[in-house]
Amino acid sequence: MGAIFKRELSSYYNSATAYVVMAAFFLFSGIFFYYYCFVGNTASLAGVYGNMFMIIMFVIPIITMKSFSEEKRQKTDQALLTSPTSLTEIVLGKFFGAFALYTICCCIFIVYAIVISFFATPDWPVILCTFIGTLLLGAALIAMNVFISVLTESMIIAAISGMALGLVISMMSSIISMISVDWITAILEKINFTNYYTNFTYGILDISDIIFFLSVTVLFLFFTVRALEKRRWS
Amino acid sequence: MVEVKNLTKCYGSIKAVDNISFTVEAGEILGFLGPNGAGKSTTMNMITGYISSTSGTVTIDGAEILDNPKAAKKKIGYLPEIPPLYIDMTVKKYLEFMFDLKKVKLPKKEHIEEVMRLVNVSDKADRIIKNLSKGYRQRVGFAQALLGNPPVLILDEPTVGLDPKQIIEVRKLIKSLGKKHTVIFSSHVLSEISATCDRILVISNGKIVADAKTSELSSSISGEQKLALQIEGTPAAIGEAIKRIPAVMRVVKKGSAGENANNYIVEYEKGADIRRDVFSAMSRIGCPILMMKSGNETLEDMFLKLTSGENDKAGKGGRD
Repeated sequence: MGAIFKRELSSYYNSATAYVVMAAFFLFSGIFFYYYCFVGNTASLAGVYGNMFMIIMFVIPIITMKSFSEEKRQKTDQALLTSPTSLTEIVLGKFFGAFALYTICCCIFIVYAIVISFFATPDWPVILCTFIGTLLLGAALIAMNVFISVLTESMIIAAISGMALGLVISMMSSIISMISVDWITAILEKINFTNYYTNFTYGILDISDIIFFLSVTVLFLFFTVRALEKRRWS
Repeated sequence: MVEVKNLTKCYGSIKAVDNISFTVEAGEILGFLGPNGAGKSTTMNMITGYISSTSGTVTIDGAEILDNPKAAKKKIGYLPEIPPLYIDMTVKKYLEFMFDLKKVKLPKKEHIEEVMRLVNVSDKADRIIKNLSKGYRQRVGFAQALLGNPPVLILDEPTVGLDPKQIIEVRKLIKSLGKKHTVIFSSHVLSEISATCDRILVISNGKIVADAKTSELSSSISGEQKLALQIEGTPAAIGEAIKRIPAVMRVVKKGSAGENANNYIVEYEKGADIRRDVFSAMSRIGCPILMMKSGNETLEDMFLKLTSGENDKAGKGGRD
């Protein structure tokens, strides 16, 4: 797992991916930070986090689009699958590689909090809580997008399907309001990412929210392992 | 060392590999020969555990590839048809990654340097693989397979894309590796197989059609030796004169080759050499020999004989 994790992270930095992703992440969070905290004159980062939800939806497919699709296209998966490394280790290595880059991006929020601390006292528990929430949200999305990339050989298809999925997730609340069938809205309400994420931005560290994101992560990583296994048998 | 039993792979209704069985002993070099699409690569992918078999088993030194993949895969070094290279890495970084991936327990720096020296890529250690030529990429792929000194080496067409000098080097390398390792390598170049292998396995349309020692193979099909001749003169007199040579068993006239010349195939006892006798017999009756060559079946003839017929059906056959 360690070898794959290391290679994955260094490949982001060998190609332009890491720099483009970080630039986009820092640019948009910077704009939101300026707009909400300086123009809006507040010490709360809630507005920044709320808007970054959308940006994260677009950034994560870019990070993960290559993870399995490119391996298959370049036939490098032959090296991985014929090595004495288990499928779970391979998937976890890929996942943590992407997650590490995402975590580096998220560290910018800590920088903003420190900037605020020069002017006012930031609400540290809320900031920390939201930070954890953002990481958990990212983990779940990365797992979903890694799963998408294992299904296709084209990284363009992987990226676009990942973004479409991200859009559906971020528009879930409006979709729910359009549906009038009770049992469908009840189900969709249960899988609405925004509901769980918003709790974190209020500074509420609820165990059920944490479990929701963790179980989505584990579920999709498990699907990824199964999809790899299935490819071998077909 | 490697034991393959009733291995079958189906893609839908197409049987790419059809119930093949063979064993390879330690220190043996096995050549895997077959036309395109015969199932060579599919078989190799199954032996290395990249794809699973529909039925049948592969055992590497006692470890079954699907039941005990970790133990089995540790014993294999695999060079697939397209070397699995991460082209954005340098040669050294790539080999370090493969070293970690394979969980090799040898001293890292020394071992990688040794392998690079063995395949002659030491001078390209810090180059990015993307910028290397096909031949060098092939060698880096080879280096990757050698990492950790696995007892079994499986090489899928290792000489494709190399220049003639490199091909000879790689053959030498395979031969020297064969002393310590069990090597299975595929090729569709016959001369290559016959020059390096102890044993040849001919596969056609997913089935094994021949399995023999290299030395046995070319002579096993014909029990006696043959001499092809082209002689000028009356066929009756020539036939008569040749038949008088003691070791000769049969003389067959095989069509004419010009106005007064004819082709003959002379079959004679194994071990005898009748070339001088033929020469003196012909000079006695005044018939000039225009051409004389060994009429034995070459590996090429044999290969065509074994794989033709089935080949027509193989058009719709499986993937290579």
